[in-house]
Amino acid sequence: MKSKLLTLALGLGLSVAAVSAASAGTLDDVKAKGFIQCGSNPSLIGFGFPDDQNNWTGFDVDFCRALAAAVFNDPTKVKFTPLSAKERFTALQSGEIDVLSRNTTWSMSRDTSLGLKFAGVTYYDGQGFMVKKSLGVNSALNLNGASVCTQTGTTTELNLADYFKANNMTYQVVAFEKNEEVLKAYQDGRCDVYTTDQSGLYAERLKLAAPDDHVILPEIISKEPLGPVVRQGDDAWFNVVKWTYYALVNAEDLGITQKNVDEMKNSTNPEVMRFMGKEGDFGVGIALSNDWAAQIVKHVGNYGEIFERNLGEGTKLKIARGKNALWSKGGLQYAPPIR
Amino acid sequence: MTDVPSPQGWVRSEDAPRLPAPPNTTGPVGWMLTNLFSSPMNSVLTILGASFVIWIAWGVIDWALIRGVFTGEDREACVAVPNSGACWPYVWAKFHQFVYGFYPFDQRWRVNICFIVGAVTLATMAMPSLPYKKWNALFLLVVYPLMTFVLLTGGNLNLSSATIYFITGALLFSALVVPIAAFGIEEGIQRNKLALILAGIAVAIWLVSLFVSMPEINAFGGFISVATLINLLLLTAAAVLSIGHRASTRDIAARSALLGWVGAVSAIIAVLVLVTADFGLVQVETQQWGGLLVTLVVAVTGIVAALPLGILLALGRRSKMVVVRLFSIVFIEVWRGVPLITVLFMASIMLPLFLPEGTNFDKLLRALVGTALFSAAYMAETVRGGLQAIPRGQYEAAQALGLSYWRMMNLIVLPQALKIVIPGIVNAFISLFKDTTLVLIIGLFDLLGIINASFSDPKWVSPQTGTTGYFVAALMFWVFCFAMSRYSLFMERRLATGHKRRGI
Amino acid sequence: MTAVIDEARPQRVSAFNDPKIRSRVAQIIFLLLVLWLGYEIIHNTAVNLARLNKTFDYKFQFLWTTAGFDIIQRPIEYTRDSTYFRAILVGFLNTLIVAALGIFFATVIGFIIGIMRLSSNWVIAKIATGYVELIRNIPLLLQIFFWYAAVLKPLPGPKESVNFFDLAFLSNRGLVTLKFIWGEGSGYIVIAFILGVVGALAVGHWAKRRQERTGEQFHSFWAGLGLIIGLPLLAFLILGGPVTFEYPVFKGFNFVGGFTILPELIALVLALSIYTASFIAEIVRAGIMAVSHGQTEAAHSLGLRSQPTLRLVVIPQALRVIIPPLTSQYLNLTKNSSLAVAIAYPDLVAMGGVVNNQSGRAVEVVLIWMFIYLSLSLVTSAFMNWYNARVRLVER
Repeated sequence: MKSKLLTLALGLGLSVAAVSAASAGTLDDVKAKGFIQCGSNPSLIGFGFPDDQNNWTGFDVDFCRALAAAVFNDPTKVKFTPLSAKERFTALQSGEIDVLSRNTTWSMSRDTSLGLKFAGVTYYDGQGFMVKKSLGVNSALNLNGASVCTQTGTTTELNLADYFKANNMTYQVVAFEKNEEVLKAYQDGRCDVYTTDQSGLYAERLKLAAPDDHVILPEIISKEPLGPVVRQGDDAWFNVVKWTYYALVNAEDLGITQKNVDEMKNSTNPEVMRFMGKEGDFGVGIALSNDWAAQIVKHVGNYGEIFERNLGEGTKLKIARGKNALWSKGGLQYAPPIR
Repeated sequence: MTDVPSPQGWVRSEDAPRLPAPPNTTGPVGWMLTNLFSSPMNSVLTILGASFVIWIAWGVIDWALIRGVFTGEDREACVAVPNSGACWPYVWAKFHQFVYGFYPFDQRWRVNICFIVGAVTLATMAMPSLPYKKWNALFLLVVYPLMTFVLLTGGNLNLSSATIYFITGALLFSALVVPIAAFGIEEGIQRNKLALILAGIAVAIWLVSLFVSMPEINAFGGFISVATLINLLLLTAAAVLSIGHRASTRDIAARSALLGWVGAVSAIIAVLVLVTADFGLVQVETQQWGGLLVTLVVAVTGIVAALPLGILLALGRRSKMVVVRLFSIVFIEVWRGVPLITVLFMASIMLPLFLPEGTNFDKLLRALVGTALFSAAYMAETVRGGLQAIPRGQYEAAQALGLSYWRMMNLIVLPQALKIVIPGIVNAFISLFKDTTLVLIIGLFDLLGIINASFSDPKWVSPQTGTTGYFVAALMFWVFCFAMSRYSLFMERRLATGHKRRGI
Repeated sequence: MTAVIDEARPQRVSAFNDPKIRSRVAQIIFLLLVLWLGYEIIHNTAVNLARLNKTFDYKFQFLWTTAGFDIIQRPIEYTRDSTYFRAILVGFLNTLIVAALGIFFATVIGFIIGIMRLSSNWVIAKIATGYVELIRNIPLLLQIFFWYAAVLKPLPGPKESVNFFDLAFLSNRGLVTLKFIWGEGSGYIVIAFILGVVGALAVGHWAKRRQERTGEQFHSFWAGLGLIIGLPLLAFLILGGPVTFEYPVFKGFNFVGGFTILPELIALVLALSIYTASFIAEIVRAGIMAVSHGQTEAAHSLGLRSQPTLRLVVIPQALRVIIPPLTSQYLNLTKNSSLAVAIAYPDLVAMGGVVNNQSGRAVEVVLIWMFIYLSLSLVTSAFMNWYNARVRLVER
C-alpha cells in the first residue's frame, strides 16, 4: 500500500507508464497483457539471434515461442528482450521479463539464493575450448601458459580458474563484458584460447572470418545444464514453463511432430490422447486450454524438431544430439508423463 | 678655455650606406617568411610539421578512397582484394541500422518526422536573429518532447486507475492555491476555511489509507477503494468552494489567479490525454530503438531534464536555507564525484531495487534517469557560474523593488544568468552527447553500440570492417560535436557584452 | 484613546509573513520530504532484497569469501583462492596505476600541444589546433576501442614478437621486458633514496633562505639531483648490487617470466592521455595567455633575462590559472579510467562488476564504488582548496 505512493510520484514526475505488474501471478499478467516477455541472448547463433529486421531465431527463442503457443495458441505473441550475461538475473528479478531463456546454467547458488527457479534442462552443455588449428594443440591439458579469452560474470570464468588450478597449469585470463568483444579479441590474436559452453563455441566459430582454421578441443571441463528460468514463488507460471518443456520432450517421445500432429489427434493410443487433450483435462491443472500440448507441437514442433531446426546437422552449427538425445536413445532428455 | 662643440655636433656629409630591402611582410611570400621560415629552427619545424600533416592526410585518403572497396554484396568484396582499404559496402548495408537501430522499417517515417522537426526548430532557435524565441523555446521544451514521445513509442499509455485517481486528486487539491494566490496567504486562508478543512480531512484519510487497507467497492467500471472515493468527493467540494467563491469577484488578482490555475490544469489534462490517446500508431518498444536515434534521445532528454533540475540545484546551492543548501551540495558533489559508468550501472542494477515491488522500468528509461541526474549535477555548476556572475546590485535592486524570491529570480536574475551560460550549456550538451556512448556498456545500442555490435555479423566479417565502422562512428560524432562547439564559440563572442571584465 | 505606537520597534507581523518562520517551515517540509524519499528507497530496497532471499550485508562480510576467478594484472599477490576484498583491492590499485600513467603522459602531451598552439610558426600552431579540435570532439570510449584495435591488430603474435636485443619483446600480448628482483638489503637503497629526497628538500630550503639573506645564489637543483641519485647509487654499490634480473623466455604459448605491460593498459593509457591532453592543452594556452604581456616587459626592464623571466614571472602566474582546471582534468581522467571495463582491463569498476556478478551483492558493490571514487574526489578538492588558498593573490 505504502509503496503505491512512490509509484504514483514517479509515474507523474516522469510521465511514463511504470508498468505496474500486479502481484497476482505471472501467468495472469501474461494473459492480461497478451504476450510473453522473454529474455534472450542477442548474439548467439543457433540459440538466440535477431537479424537486421529484428526477427529472432534460435533454440532458446523457439522455447519462448512454444510457451506462447501453449498460452495463446499463437507463437508470435512473444516479445524478446536482448540481455547480456550480466543483466539477465536483474531483469528477471525486477519483473522486466517473464521468463529467461538465455543459455543460463543451472547451479545451486542461482537456484537457491537469487530468488530464481530453473524450470528444467533444455540443453545439456559443458564448457569447452577453441584454439587455432595452427597451434597444433589437441588436448586442453596442453594449454599450460596460454592466454584465455572469456566473458565475465559467468560460471565459465570460475570453471576456468578451477580447471587450471586442478591441473597445475598457469594461464592468463582476459575477461570481457560481452561475447562479441571476446570473439573480437580472440580473432585479433589477443589470446590463444576461447572458452565458453561448447554449444556457444560452435556458434561463435561461425562468426570468425575463417571458421575452418579453428578447432574445438574434445575436453569438457564442467557441467552446464542450460534451461529456462522464472521467478521464485510463482508456482502457476513455473508449472507452465516446466510442462511446456516436458510437452516438447514427450511429443518427440511419442513421435508427434509438427507434420503429423493433426493426424495424431485421431490416434487411439491413450498416451497420445492424453497429450492431445482428448482424454482427461490436464490443461486445467496449469490454467491452459486442454489441447495446450498439441498447440505447442503444431506451431513450434517437438523437442527434436526444434533442435534440428536450430542446431542440428542441417544447420551451419552441425551439433550432434549427444547428451541431448532422448533417454531412449542414450541421451539425457527425459520427461515425466502426462497423466 | 675649452672648446665649445658646435651646436650641430656632427653633420653627415655623404649618403648613408644603403640598407638591404626590409624583408617582405606583405603578400604570400612575406606571409610565409614571417610565419613559416622566420628562423632556421622554424624552417625545420615547418618542413617537419608539413610532412607530418601530408603523411597523415595521405594515409587517410589512401585507405579510404584509393584502396577502399566501394561496391559489393557481402564480406567477399572486401576480403577478395588483397591489402584493401575501407570496406564501404558494409557501411551502405548497415547505415539504416546505424541511424534507426531495429526500428521497424515501415514505421521509420515517425523517426524521420522527429528528426526533421527537431532540426528545424533547433536551427531557428539557435539563430539569434530570428524572432519568436519564447514560443520556439516553449515548443522545443514542452510540445516537442511530448510529440516525440508519442511518435516514437506510439503513445497510447495505459495509466492504471490508481494513477488517474491520484492525478485527479492532486489537480483538485491545487485549486486551494487560487484564493491564496489572489488574496495573499492570510486573507486567502481566512476566506476559504471550509475548503481547507475538507482538503485537510482528505489528506488525513489518504495518509491513513497508506498504512491501513480499506474496503473496495465496484464503481467506474473497476474496483475503487472507499478512501479514494471519499477523498475525491471531498476534494471536489473543496475545489468548488475555492473556485466558486472566487469566480464571482471582479477582483483582477482573483481573475488572473483563477485563469492561471485553469490554464495549468488544462495543460496537464491535455498532456495526459495526448499520451494516453490512441492515434492508431503501432507500439514500438524501446528495445527496437538504436543507433543515432538512441544517442539523440539520451542526449536530448538528458539535457532537457537536466536544465530545470540543474537550475533548481544551483539556486539551492546558493540558498540561505541551510537544509536546502546542504542537500544541494551533497547531491551535486556526489554525482560529480563518481564516474558516469557507475551511475549507469547503478541506474540499471539498483533502480529496480529502489522502486516498490512490482514496478519496473524500461531499460532505456533507467539509463535516461541516470544520465539526467548525472548531467543535472554538472548543469547546476554551470548555472551557478552564471548566477555568480550577476552583480550583487541586481539582486539588491530587485529586493528594493519588493520582489519576492521567485519573482526576483524569474524576472531579474535567471534571464541574465542563463544568457551568460548558453555557451556553458552547449558545452555540457557536447560532453553529454559524447558520454551517451557509455550506455553501450549497460547493453543499450547507441550509435557506437550498434556499430560495435555489427562487427559480429558473420556476413560482414573482414579485416577492415572494424576500422571502417570506427571511422564512420568517429566522423558522425565529430561532425555533431564540432558543429556544436563552433556554435558555442559563436554565442560566447556574441554574448560577451555583459558583465565580463575586460582588461585590468 | 490614543494608541501609542512605538515607532522604533516594527509592528509584530503575523507568522505567515515572517520570512524567518516561513523559511524554517519550508526547510522542515523539505527535510521531511528528503527523509521520506530516503526512507522509501531504503525500505523498498530492503523489501526487494528480502523477496530475493537476500539481506543487505552491512558488515560487508561477503568480501571475505573466496573469489574463485583470476585477474590478468596483479600489482599485489592474488590467486583464485584470494578473497573478493583482495580482488577489489587489485582493481583499485590497477585504477591508480592507469590514472598515474595517464596523468603523467596527458600532462606532458598537453603542455607540448598547448605551447605549440601559441607558436609563431603557422604550421605548428595549426597542427596543435587540429589536434585539439579533432580529439576532443570524438567520444573517449570510441578512442579507447580504436587504440585497443590499433595496438592489437598490427602487432605480431608472441612467437613472432619484435625483439629488442633480447631485453624486451613487443607482441599483441603486450610488452614483455626485464623484471628486477631485489635481493637482500634492498631496503637500505629505499632508505637512501628517501634520505636523498629529504636532503634535497633541505638544501633547497637552505639555498633559498641564504639567497634571500645574502643574495648569493646556489645551484640547489644540481645538488638535490646529486643527492637523490647519488645516495641510492652509493648504497647500491656498497651493498654489492643486490639486484638480479629475470629475463622473459618464450615457452609454449607465451613469454614466461619477465615483466609484462598489457596491451589493454597500453591502449587505455594512450587513449586517456591523448584525450585528456586535448583539454589540458587548452588550459595551458589560456593560462599563458592570461599573463599580461606587461609582466614580461616589466621583468625585462628590471634586467631579468628571458629564461629567469619565464621561470620567475610568467610561469608562477600562469600556474595560478592553470592548476585548478588542471586538477579537475586529472580527476576526470581518473574517473574516465573506469571505461577500462570495455576492453577487459581489470580496474576498480571492472572488478566490482565481476564481484557483483559472482556474489550477487549489487548494493554493496555500488556503495564500495561510490565510496572510493568520492574519497578520491574529496581528497583532490581538499588539495585544490589548500592550493588555491596558498597561491591566492594577496591584494591590498
